[in-house]
Amino acid sequence: MFEYCTDPDVLSTFEWFSCYLTNGKHLLFYKSFGLIILLLFITAPLAALLGLLAAVAIKSKFLLLRLFSKAYANIVRGIPDIIFFLFIPITIDQLIEFTRHKIKCPEIVDSVWQGSDFVVCGAAKLPLNSDPQWIHDIYGFLLAVFSFTIVYGAFAANTFYGAMNSVPQSQIETGKSFGMSRKQIYTSIIFPQMWRYALPGLSNLWMLLIKSTPLLFLLGIQDVVYWARELGGSKTSIFQYPHPDWRVWYFLSLLVFYLLLTKISELILNRISKKIYVPI
Amino acid sequence: MKKLLFSAILLAFIYVPANADTVRMGTEGAYPPYNFINDNGEIDGFERDLGDELCDRAGLDCEWVQNDWDSIIPNLVSGNYDTIIAGMSITAERDEVIDFTQNYLQPDPSAYITTGDGNKAAYIGVVAAQTATIQASHVAESGAILAEFATPDETISALRNGEVEAVMADKSFLAPIVAESNGGLKFIGQDVYIGGGVGMGIRESDSDLKDTFDAAIDSMKADGSLNTLIEKWFGDEASLF
Repeated sequence: MFEYCTDPDVLSTFEWFSCYLTNGKHLLFYKSFGLIILLLFITAPLAALLGLLAAVAIKSKFLLLRLFSKAYANIVRGIPDIIFFLFIPITIDQLIEFTRHKIKCPEIVDSVWQGSDFVVCGAAKLPLNSDPQWIHDIYGFLLAVFSFTIVYGAFAANTFYGAMNSVPQSQIETGKSFGMSRKQIYTSIIFPQMWRYALPGLSNLWMLLIKSTPLLFLLGIQDVVYWARELGGSKTSIFQYPHPDWRVWYFLSLLVFYLLLTKISELILNRISKKIYVPI
Repeated sequence: MKKLLFSAILLAFIYVPANADTVRMGTEGAYPPYNFINDNGEIDGFERDLGDELCDRAGLDCEWVQNDWDSIIPNLVSGNYDTIIAGMSITAERDEVIDFTQNYLQPDPSAYITTGDGNKAAYIGVVAAQTATIQASHVAESGAILAEFATPDETISALRNGEVEAVMADKSFLAPIVAESNGGLKFIGQDVYIGGGVGMGIRESDSDLKDTFDAAIDSMKADGSLNTLIEKWFGDEASLF
């Protein structure tokens, strides 16, 4: 990074650290914090939308839709996150590749499962082998976003369902007696008023979502946990910046990062709730 | 929204290849000098040099992928990458699940290290080894209590913190750690020769790729360039071909 960094062995302590903390590996570490923020800001709205749709579906007139959305919310909420995270990305990935294999290489009649191997033709791979690594990274990230959305969508569905039911029945009955349609009742009575009931649950979910982001590590994504472990491990002189086991400091920095993130979220959520709720 | 979702799904299914001749090389990146992530965040080490040279000779376009050790075989067979080149010893158990090229390293001595004080009998105490390695199975069979760790580095930390009494790993991984410990760590007992040398792991259904790499390793063995690489990364005492 700096010009004096060419030979770290002769540097003073301060210079050594200024070089060490700005080397290529640390820059990747810092970027991975951005990845967490990105994940949060993509997943949260998607999960809220999915939750809202599922909640409306649970209240639907159609039996099938009702059963399906209830099953979704209950099954997903009942399965531990980690198991879900190990299961979903692999399944989705293989499902897509299997389908592409059938479409693109219909001439291959061999099964895609050969012993323990999962083999699809080259053209059916997603991403393709020839794609640069960043496309593979984005694909892995999207699978993670998908899994987080499915899991948190189920929790959000429950929160929204409860919030919709908390809107006073008398208002809905009044709406009906005025001859409002189902759609009108939703858009002009339930939706505008449900937020005040949903907010405590949603802010709780947001906090849980923040705290579950290190699950990215499980999906093999090089996230903050991966880099903290990798950078913190003891390094011999085969590396430019040898050091003993510093994992404690790197994990401490993660701790501070997450505390800051949750503290800032709390401040913002408190402001919102102060605007909505009247103090007693 | 619906349209967007639909076109995204459609795109996933009709997306067409540009060039399918890329081989993805999976490695752990945590086992110097075999493979590690260097200070620039790139994969480096003996196997990086070797892999690049092999791909060059075979006329393949290679892309490097980091993957944690404990899922390195499952992710090979499910097609996330095409080879494992991660200091993996050829063993009968692994050969049941994946194929190996011929070995590009001779069976490497494994060794025990312990902390500097006293003459603890490492063989009967608690011995740390990386999970799912030949050393881990050796320790388990030796009658010692095995403590498994996800990364090699964590085994060393556990020894330093006093959680275990010894570590077993490849000697070439341990040697620099012992040398730079200022007497804090030392080798104990005899070297043990386990495993059938180190080779590249390849899916059993991918025999063409295995033949390609076998031929490239042959040519590197024939002109002595493999030995040069081994000496560069493992020193003069390493066994050559």
